[in-house]
Amino acid sequence: MDTGLIQWFRYASPQSFYRLAGRMAPWFAWLAALSAAAGLWIAFFVAPTDAQQGESYRIIFVHVPASWMSMFLYLVMAGWAGLGLAFNTRLSAMMAHAIAPTGAMFAFLSLWTGALWGRPTWGAYWVWDARLTSELVLFFLYLGYMALHAAIDDPRRGDRAAAVLALVGAINVPIIYFSVQWWNTLHQGASVSLTRSPSMAATMLAGMLVMAFAFWMYSIAAALARVRAIMLEREAHMEWTQALQESGA
Amino acid sequence: MNWTAAGEFFSMGGYAFYVWGSFLVTAACIVAEVLLLRARRRQALARVRAERIRHEAKA
Amino acid sequence: MSLPSSSAACGGIVQRDLRLAARRKSEPLFTLGFFVLVATLFPLGLGPEADLLRRIAPGVLWVAALLASMLSLGRMFAADYDDGTLEQMALAPVPLVVTVGGKIAAHWLVSGLPLVLVSPLLALQYGLPADVIAQLMLSLLIGTPALSLVGAIGAALTLGVRAGGVLVALLVLPLYVPTLIFGAGAVDAGLAGLSAVPNLSLLGACLILALVFAPLAAAAAIRIALE
Repeated sequence: MDTGLIQWFRYASPQSFYRLAGRMAPWFAWLAALSAAAGLWIAFFVAPTDAQQGESYRIIFVHVPASWMSMFLYLVMAGWAGLGLAFNTRLSAMMAHAIAPTGAMFAFLSLWTGALWGRPTWGAYWVWDARLTSELVLFFLYLGYMALHAAIDDPRRGDRAAAVLALVGAINVPIIYFSVQWWNTLHQGASVSLTRSPSMAATMLAGMLVMAFAFWMYSIAAALARVRAIMLEREAHMEWTQALQESGA
Repeated sequence: MNWTAAGEFFSMGGYAFYVWGSFLVTAACIVAEVLLLRARRRQALARVRAERIRHEAKA
Repeated sequence: MSLPSSSAACGGIVQRDLRLAARRKSEPLFTLGFFVLVATLFPLGLGPEADLLRRIAPGVLWVAALLASMLSLGRMFAADYDDGTLEQMALAPVPLVVTVGGKIAAHWLVSGLPLVLVSPLLALQYGLPADVIAQLMLSLLIGTPALSLVGAIGAALTLGVRAGGVLVALLVLPLYVPTLIFGAGAVDAGLAGLSAVPNLSLLGACLILALVFAPLAAAAAIRIALE
């Protein structure tokens, strides 16, 4: 329907999206908090103790969701970046930029929790496991995106250059993942397979999925909050920001 | 229920350092991000205010 | 007057860049010198034990070539960007993709091919047998163009950016990972007596992908930089 499409494009203007994002963010924040509570409950009080790993396996309830989110957020970020390049909409680029720090945080958490899981289970904080190594490269892809954007003075040029980088990175992520897996199998003696997870009891899987959902809701809330701040920063000289109640108008 | 006593819960079968080290750092990162976002919003609003004052002074 | 065909234009760019590089012989030699120096540093740091050196040779030589190639990326577009030539190239009737392809080819001829040709000497320093040396050269022959192609994206994205040199490293090194893994893996396989073909095929696939996508991405990045 024509009017339906026009309604959507109305939100492509920062001004109207600012209000919409402000209304949506609290809902996602609450969803995140509630599902995190449910997920943590499952993680600690419902899921049974693992026969081989004891209590240390409970780390998967943050490690695996964080890994999933770091990869998912990179694709979403690249998607927004691509939209911004294709349609030249300012807001799409701002959304991509708003997602990046949260994605980088989850990549870091994946590495951190992976190391803490590896130590009791396989004896070392860092084993050159395929998943952890790919995650490290992904972390650097996030850092590169943020560094490139920060290094370019003109925000519009920075948006578009970083968008190209995000798309190139997105194409490369599966290739990098595959090549690291390949490398891992070639050097079999040096590494232990962290990917061989304990047979998943249904409760364990449920806990991971709930925590992943919680992280996802949190990411949306954080991205919406951050894009609002970005809009304020970029459009400080425009009438609509100065007329906002929050700015003391 | 997995735990018969609070002590068991906190010691995590001896893996307290690893398990709590993971969960607490996760919580800390999220809290840090929220606080940083709040600060960023405050600074952005301050800048908008400054721009408005400058704009009104010119008018 | 008829417009030049794409291949003629590409050849023209290659010739121009080669002529410019020939005038400043010091820069291509720096790349080569860096390669040799880094390859010399590892035994100095690890000790001259022959078995150890032979085992680390594929990885070390590949990383050294990768770093040398990466350091020379600043020369690909920056000079033309600074004096306005790049802008002229973007406005020319020849598609920018073709021009970019030509510049990448010239860059490889000056910074990549010499590495391939010098690698046997370094391989001898590390005690690699003759057939493995051939595999090393072949892997570098396929891999260094891929490095130049992917590096071009980073070079184009950071045109005119402060601290561009260090930033290029951060942007480009993660993208180099597959090429490094397959390239060094091929030589490793040869050293272990296995066939290098699987790794070389995957390396070739990386090269083809890079040939298809990198000039496009680099041209897009150059247009963004010229706005």
